[in-house]
Amino acid sequence: MTNHYETVIIFSPLLSDDDVKREVSKYTKMVTDGGATILEERHWGLRQLSYLIEGKSNGIYYIMEFAGPGTLHQKLEVEFKRDESIMRWLTVALDKHAIEYNDKRRKGLVGKKKEPAEEKKPIVETPVITAPTPQA
Amino acid sequence: MVKRPKKFCRFKKYHIRYIDYKETEFLLNFINEQGKILPRRLSGNSLKYQRKVGQAIKRARHLALLPYVTDLLK
Repeated sequence: MTNHYETVIIFSPLLSDDDVKREVSKYTKMVTDGGATILEERHWGLRQLSYLIEGKSNGIYYIMEFAGPGTLHQKLEVEFKRDESIMRWLTVALDKHAIEYNDKRRKGLVGKKKEPAEEKKPIVETPVITAPTPQA
Repeated sequence: MVKRPKKFCRFKKYHIRYIDYKETEFLLNFINEQGKILPRRLSGNSLKYQRKVGQAIKRARHLALLPYVTDLLK
């Protein structure tokens, strides 16, 4: 029985692109070595934080979804705590609705599609032309 | 006295089963301009989905996608 998890990591903005790649590959390797399969990776890149974390106003966001054994996240968590370049992280177990939602999102069925919001027919006031009644 | 339209739970009505904590634009519907979670009395959510909204907002706050406290958010 494998479970689905989603991990969001916020790296320090001081890391260079190569540093981030190295860090990310370290964790993806840990995940795959731990017997899980990575379903999706997303790099949000540098983003403004809503409040200061460790005195910094930006952070590099990285999101990973994986399916694997339920003991893996504990090992990951130890590594996250030790890692000084990680400012914050969150691992969430996904329920069936979340898995369905993520599947749909990958296929591009969620969001961004502007619903055609019932195309309102422009109300054009047709000028009422009353033909002059021919007067005898 | 003006009769207001009846409130409804949008999650039930539109069959939204999962609330993504990364979608801050959507979550903004459920917080006031100080960043506080709106009560069910105002949002009209059912209890089940109000709990999920709360959970999603708290996750978003942890990841600094939403603020814990602020002024003039909107």
